[in-house]
Parts: sequence; structure tokens; C-alpha cells
Amino acid sequence: MARISLQNLRHSYLDTPRAEADWALKSMNMDWSDGGAYALLGPSGCGKTTLLSIISGLLTPSEGRVLFDGEDVTDIPPDQRNIAQVFQFPVVYDTMTVYDNLAFPLRNRGMAEADLDKKVREIAAMLDLEDTLKKRASGLTADGKQKISLGRGLVRSDVSAILFDEPLTVIDPHLKWILRSKLKELHQRIGTTMIYVTHDQTEALTFADQVVVMHEGTVVQIGTPVDLFERPKHTFVGHFIGSPGMNVLPCTLEGATPYFDGIPVPTEHPAPGNGGAERLEIGVRPEFVSFAEDGIPVEIVRLSDAGHYQIVDLRHGEHLIKLLAPEGAELPSEAAHIRFDPSHTRIYADGWMMG
Amino acid sequence: MNNKTAYPKAWLFVLPVVALVAFNALIPLMTVVNYSVQETFGNNVFFFEGVKWFEEVLNSERFHASLLRQLAFTGIILAIEIPLGVAIALTMPARGIWASVCLVLMALPLLIPWNVVGAMWNIFALPEIGLLGQMINGMGIDYNFTQQPMAAWFTTILMDVWHWTSLVVLLAYAGLRSIPDAYYQAAKIDGASGWAVFRYIQLPKMKRVLTIAVLLRFMDSFMIYTEPFVLTGGGPGNATTFLSIDLVKIALGQFDLGPAAAMSLIYFLIVLLLSWVFYTLMMRDEEQ
Repeated sequence: MARISLQNLRHSYLDTPRAEADWALKSMNMDWSDGGAYALLGPSGCGKTTLLSIISGLLTPSEGRVLFDGEDVTDIPPDQRNIAQVFQFPVVYDTMTVYDNLAFPLRNRGMAEADLDKKVREIAAMLDLEDTLKKRASGLTADGKQKISLGRGLVRSDVSAILFDEPLTVIDPHLKWILRSKLKELHQRIGTTMIYVTHDQTEALTFADQVVVMHEGTVVQIGTPVDLFERPKHTFVGHFIGSPGMNVLPCTLEGATPYFDGIPVPTEHPAPGNGGAERLEIGVRPEFVSFAEDGIPVEIVRLSDAGHYQIVDLRHGEHLIKLLAPEGAELPSEAAHIRFDPSHTRIYADGWMMG
Repeated sequence: MNNKTAYPKAWLFVLPVVALVAFNALIPLMTVVNYSVQETFGNNVFFFEGVKWFEEVLNSERFHASLLRQLAFTGIILAIEIPLGVAIALTMPARGIWASVCLVLMALPLLIPWNVVGAMWNIFALPEIGLLGQMINGMGIDYNFTQQPMAAWFTTILMDVWHWTSLVVLLAYAGLRSIPDAYYQAAKIDGASGWAVFRYIQLPKMKRVLTIAVLLRFMDSFMIYTEPFVLTGGGPGNATTFLSIDLVKIALGQFDLGPAAAMSLIYFLIVLLLSWVFYTLMMRDEEQ
């Protein structure tokens, strides 16, 4: 068990990074508490896999330190770091049986066969692999193989964190759900720190207690799924999380009140001043936009039915705004007005939430 | 869905392929079969002899000796070229300019015509003027491949290793490059030693390409003709007279068409049988 801390971490794949864009990971400080279930969420190329490889030790950061329980492990190779990792594509040793696969990390560490046997059987039971122990690992389905990869991490009693790099990518949709619940259950049972990299928000939000959202090499927000939904700290989080994503509209400030296209937009989160920002925006999720008697005049462009709700595309001038309406709700005819829920309307300066 | 439409004209579409295969494989093979059961004294007069030539060839000491030499030669070059090829492939860089340089260097011996390889090594190994011959003799070892059977074998094997190990290297290299990085990373995390990585990751992943390498090298070396013919001419004496060289001596040297045809068929069946054995052995686990 360990608390993982990252101090002044930076990484570039180039030998001599010059521009800011050369850094795959921009400077960060972060603490992962012991026993937490974390998800690293972000689009492809945002640096989440790089960050994971640095934690596991497969990659040495260009700058900064990685601490496990206060001890500097930056230069320690992965096999001595007490971590386990499950990769995107299942890694099994094809010529071995499932049993030997699970026993492999223990044998490499010189464990006695009797202890090893007990441990392997215990983990196999936990992962529902008992019936296949004598089978060749290569004959298993993708989800079975992924369980073996996970099992090779679980058998080691010294593992302080298990890292997952998009582990469900090659799993059939109906098995994804089962395997994900299994992971959640395992986390509650063994209490090891788990870090789960994914670009799928459903996976991240259902698995993790804390979701770390990354964008262009930076951590833009760390929070619970509710935080990310109700208080996105960056417009990117607003866009990326939620379906459809947050509406982001340009605004100006007069006093503390934001104005959108000359129309005042009431908010419970007024801005103390524009803080010298070049770009001011209002962010409001489609869930908190509703039709009203007066407010912002819009025309309805399109209606999409998404099952138990409908997505209404609206237009005000050149700006597109999305609104969620309950299924079967009566929609106003062409000329309509909308208002934003003041408690969920926030102001963003250069992309970052104000107030 | 069992309502297939009969369309007799479909046969016309496969006819060109049937004709091609017939002309380049079946008809020549049948000619050989035809010769193998007949005796001729010239003038295009043939007598049917049944399996006489087969019995003669199978009982001849000359054939036994050639077959034994052939098996020894193929066994030795497989035992050298396969491990050596894998070892070289393991040390080659995975990417970058040096990977390309290595690949080109490795491909070079394969691009040289076979009789040129024989001629090159003949001159290279001559004790009086060749670089290799001079060097070995300079070290105080009496070496003359035109007179000593051991030296002739040594030179022939060295030549084959030089010529063909590259093929194994290229195949093994392709197999190695197809292993995703995650395997190596997982092995690192599992604390696997370098040997364990080779034994449990690299070797299993190379299995298919190595099967192909073994089959190709087996068949090619078992049918080797050009290079030893140019290098040693099968000598000194019969020391390097492998099956093909012996066959040509019988068929074209002595013009014994019947025994030569019978030997060809036996030869062909041995290659077929051994290839099947190799393939079955190496693919045994694949089914499970």
C-alpha cells in the first residue's frame, strides 16, 4: 500500500524540448492517496498513458520526482516498484497454462511452490478462473486473458498500486460491464490503489471515486463525478464530460453581471472582475437550459430523440445552444426564449472557471 | 441455403489454371514416373520393368551413402543456421537508420546468384591464392578443400551458413518486430529475466516464422546442387556428393534414365515426408 506523489513532474519525448507544445506532460504536482480508485480521463494524445508509464516506471520523466510513501522511486525499475499494470491488449504468456501465467511473477521472485499454490488458487477463485487453471492461456477469450493480466498483478502481495491502461478496449460490450463491476468489487475487497486510464467517460465515472481529467498534457480537474458534472473547472471538462457537452458562449462583463450578446445572464456565481483575461465565456450544461417567457431569443434548428429525453438544437445569431427537454415535452413554436439556471451558470476566463 | 445453381460452364474458368499446373508439374512428373518403370537401350525403344529400378536404388550402397551425406549436411546446417539466425535477429536494432543498414547487409548474400556464390567461395578458399585458404594455412593448419574431405565439408558448410543464415535472420527479425511493446513491459513488471523473456515471449511469438524458416532451409539444403557443384564438384572423391549431385551424375553422366527416374521419385517422397514430419512436429501444439 502506498501513497503516490508526483513532484514538479514534466516529460518530453524529445531530447531538447523548446516550445511548450514539445512537452507531452506539462509541469504537475499531484498526490494519489492510498487505496483510492482513480480514473485518468482524456482524449487520445492528452498524455494520460505517458503519466501512467511514469508512475509504473516504464518511462523515466525528463524532470521531477515520483514518490511512493515519501520514498523517491524515480530511477527504480518497474519490477522493484511494487506496481502491477494491465495493458490495452491482453498480455498472456501463450505457451503457459493459466496457472503458470498467474504463478509467473511469484516464481520470478523465488516464492516457494507451496505458498505460491495457495496464492494462485485464491486469486483464481477471486477472478472466476478456477475452471480454466489447467488450460493453455492462449485458448481463452479476450476477457479471460485480461483477467489473467490482472491476476498476475493481484497474486503479488507486495503490490501497492494497480494501473490499468484502457483495459476494456478489446472486450465485447456486454462483457465490459461485467468486468468493470468485477474491478470495482475487487477494489472494495482488497483496497489497493487503482489508477484507470480511459477515454470513455462512462468507464471513468462508474469506476472511480476521483476522476482526473487531462487535456494537452495538463491535469485540468480532479474531482468526483458529481464535481465534474456540476462544477467543471475548465470549459474542456464541460465539453468532454456529459453528453451532449456544456454550452460555451462568449460574454462580456458589466460589473459582476455577464452579458451574452447584450442580454444579461443571471448567475449565482458572479465574477469578481475579468482578471485580465482575453476571453470570457459563459458555460451552462444543456440540462440547465430551459424555455422561458423571456430571456434569450432563439430559433429551433433541430430536434434529436435520445430515448428518455430529447436534444434540442437552438440558434441565436451565429451561436448554437443545446437544450435537453424531457421526452414528449411540448416545444414552443418557432420564436422562443430560453433561460439558464443561475445556480449552474458559470463564467470562464480563458477557459478556466472564475469565482 | 442449399439451392446451389448448377453452372457447367464454370469449369471453363478453372481450365487455364488446370492446364498450367498440368504442364508445369503433373506432365513432367508423369514422364518421370514413366521412365522409372521402363528400361531403354536407346533408339527410343522401351521395355516395362515394373519396380526393378526402385528396388535397385533402394538397395544400392551408393544411394545410401549419398542419402547419409545429405542428411548429415542438412542436419548440420539447420543446427547452425537456425540458432545463429535467431541470435543475430535478437541483436539487431529495432528501429532507426541502423535497422535499415543491418537489413540491407543481411539481404545481400541472398541476392547473389547461386553459382556465383560457389565460384566466390571456390576462389576465396583456394589454399594457394584464396584469402580464407591462405589465412587457415597461415595459422599452421594444413587446409586444402580440393583434397581433404573434412576441409571440403567445412568449406561447404561455411559457404551455406554465409549464404543462407540471412534468410533465417530476416524471418526471425520480422517475427520479433511483430511482438507488441506491452509484452516486454508486462514481463518487466512481472520481474522476468532476459532468458524468461526469450523463452516465454520471443520464442513462442517467433514460432510460426521459425517453422517456415526450418521448412525452407530444410527443403533448400536437402536439394542443394549449384553451390557444392561449383565449389567442389562433389569431391574430393565422393565426399561432398549430395543427393542432387549424385542424381545428375546418374541421369546425365551415365544416362541411366530408369534408375535416375526411380531415384528422383524416392528423393521427392523423402523431401515430402520429412517436410510433413517437421511441420507436424512444430505445429503440434497449435491445435489445442
